[in-house]
Amino acid sequence: MRYVVWLLVVALIILHQDLWYWDDRTLVGGFMPITLLWQAGISLGAGFVWFLATIFAWPSDLIEEAQQEAEGGE
Amino acid sequence: MVPLIVICVYLVLLLALGIFASTLFRGSSQDYMLASHSIGPFLLLMSLFGTTMTAFALVGSTGEAYAEGVGVYGLLASSSGIIHSLCFFVLGIKLWSLGKKYGYTTQIQFFRDRLQSDKIGILLFPILVGLVIPYLLIGVMASGTVVSAVSEGAFSNMFAEYDYGVPNWLGSLVISIVVLIYVFFGGMRGTAWANAFQTIVFMILGIITFWVISDNLGGVKAASEAVEKRNPSKLMRSVAESDEQKYEKAFATWQSLAEYNYANKKANGELLTPEQKAKAIADYKGPPIGNWKARAEANVAVANNLLNLSVAEKNDAFMEQDDRVMPKQKPQWWDKEVMTGHELNEYQRNEDAVLAAYTDPIYNKNMGHPNDLINPDKPELGTKWTRKRTAGVYRATKWSPEEPRAMSMLVFITYMFIPLSVGMFPHLFQHWLTAKNAQSFKLPVVAHPIFIAIVWIPCVLVGVWATSAVVPGTERALIPPHFNTNAVLPFMVANMSGPFLSGLLTAGVLAAIMSSLDSQFLCIGTMFTEDIVVHYGGKKRFTDKQVLIIARCFIIAIVAITYILSLYEPRRVFTLGVWTFSGFSSLFPLVFAALYWKRLTKAGAYACVITAIGLWCLFFYMSDMALNPHFTVFGMMPVATMVPAAAIAMIVVSLMTQPPSEEHLARFFPQKKA
Repeated sequence: MRYVVWLLVVALIILHQDLWYWDDRTLVGGFMPITLLWQAGISLGAGFVWFLATIFAWPSDLIEEAQQEAEGGE
Repeated sequence: MVPLIVICVYLVLLLALGIFASTLFRGSSQDYMLASHSIGPFLLLMSLFGTTMTAFALVGSTGEAYAEGVGVYGLLASSSGIIHSLCFFVLGIKLWSLGKKYGYTTQIQFFRDRLQSDKIGILLFPILVGLVIPYLLIGVMASGTVVSAVSEGAFSNMFAEYDYGVPNWLGSLVISIVVLIYVFFGGMRGTAWANAFQTIVFMILGIITFWVISDNLGGVKAASEAVEKRNPSKLMRSVAESDEQKYEKAFATWQSLAEYNYANKKANGELLTPEQKAKAIADYKGPPIGNWKARAEANVAVANNLLNLSVAEKNDAFMEQDDRVMPKQKPQWWDKEVMTGHELNEYQRNEDAVLAAYTDPIYNKNMGHPNDLINPDKPELGTKWTRKRTAGVYRATKWSPEEPRAMSMLVFITYMFIPLSVGMFPHLFQHWLTAKNAQSFKLPVVAHPIFIAIVWIPCVLVGVWATSAVVPGTERALIPPHFNTNAVLPFMVANMSGPFLSGLLTAGVLAAIMSSLDSQFLCIGTMFTEDIVVHYGGKKRFTDKQVLIIARCFIIAIVAITYILSLYEPRRVFTLGVWTFSGFSSLFPLVFAALYWKRLTKAGAYACVITAIGLWCLFFYMSDMALNPHFTVFGMMPVATMVPAAAIAMIVVSLMTQPPSEEHLARFFPQKKA
């Protein structure tokens, strides 16, 4: 799952380059420019992907070690 | 005066909060600089977010969206949502764990230790401080602009040369002093509390601002439809054909004006007969504003085929009319081809030329106190003009029309390098170290991209709407051409809300500015004491109290330097911000390699830093010290050259030099337990 999370981060970076909306000025809902809506979706998607990262890719070993060494040293 | 009172009340509240936070101060330098590693998830989120959201995010994004359209959000905001959290995750947690293990307070301490090099600190210190100063400058400059814009006409007979409002220099000074006071007394704890408070303030008030402005523009649909009708290019990243045609037509009209002025000057003002001049004025149908008489006469001169200028003279005329700096050596095509609008825009404009408007009767005849009527017998003429408006009329009626610009795909893609700067911001490094535990990072990592969207989307929409807002009941643009982009947000706030709300909303903008300034002030004070004074003076030489005093004195000195710099020529907030970020981004390979690449050597690190900063200085110089907002290298953002070049230099030199010992590396790359 850790690799899936990192793949999702790469996918976000690729999807962020929405070259397909370059010339499109459609107003979604009559007010929201489509490219802005897409990019807003990227922001929300980023929040979700990073949420997954905190569950599946959290560096627990590193943290535990830092905690132990700090406590041992104090 | 009401907005000014509201702002003052807000500043007093902020100071009270700073003083309250100082009561929690434990008196040690560790507590002053790192809040004794006691910051939990919520406060960490607020302080990290408040620190990264600056004048750049509010004032800059609105102004840039006004100039370049909705693409600005994708340029920096959504990419930041991905990259900032990536940096918190990949760098922040690891640096926090190393900081906890080895007791680092600053970035330089980490690099000195990791690279076993004392002198890397000497190299990095001036670079990091030097890059933080323009970042500070953005906040200090923007705060002055905001306060000045919202306080126009607040005084009856003081500060006439500042439109009877608070001068920029005074606004910047007050904001700097307020931030200085709570940083001075509260340290990191005060800063974290103030950041949290101010982040809540600017987020809530930002949403209210958005609602009020959209309501005044007739609702979100009406505001966006007006853009679709008047400036469709602002809704996408390329140029709409209708905008292109509108520009070509406006440019041709402007060319006639420029040629007429030049030819008339050549003819000692007698190009037209008095009868022709009278007829021109009688026939003129445009608004009688600025140099409208010249426009009227230009029409007659063109109709009578009186503009007999050579190609070179025409080009000279365009440069003169547009206040461009004439090149010392004119290109070969100068006397063969008439320049296009795009070619004209390649030449630097003398922005100081606008000062002439204040003494020129063509432009200054309505200038005065903005609360007084131009003509008491004719109240429909409105109130007197501010100096800003007079300068605006000068620009709008004298300078060439603004060329619609498409966003370059290469520029858009390479903007992705800019948010990497977060990995090397010294103030963020310090904030990471304040975390109570690693769990504290989870909330900032997840919420940061969403918070960015909450702040940026309204700002970008307001900036885009501002391009097409009109004076109620007319078709006249609310914001004239060549408007100072830094002032778009305060202008919209001041024009679209009542005095009380205007003051409140301005306080929100100032909150965003101050929540970044405080961390930066504190960070450079910490760097100076830890990396220079204590490092070279010795830990035993100074008491904890003396270290605190030195940190505070250095902070005052840096604030003073930044403030003095802010009094000089202003740049576009967004452009200046991008340069600062580019400098930090170009150092990203160093911090990444220090954490993940065992083969990094001291010499490789030097090569990285020298290449990064060398290229930064070169490109900054080539961009006319940030005066050219569209400067690119190989058609890309300069940072896209700087980051790979610094990385390559680092890798090549590291591989050519002796690797660090296994024993040393074991401290930073411990064996994973099976």
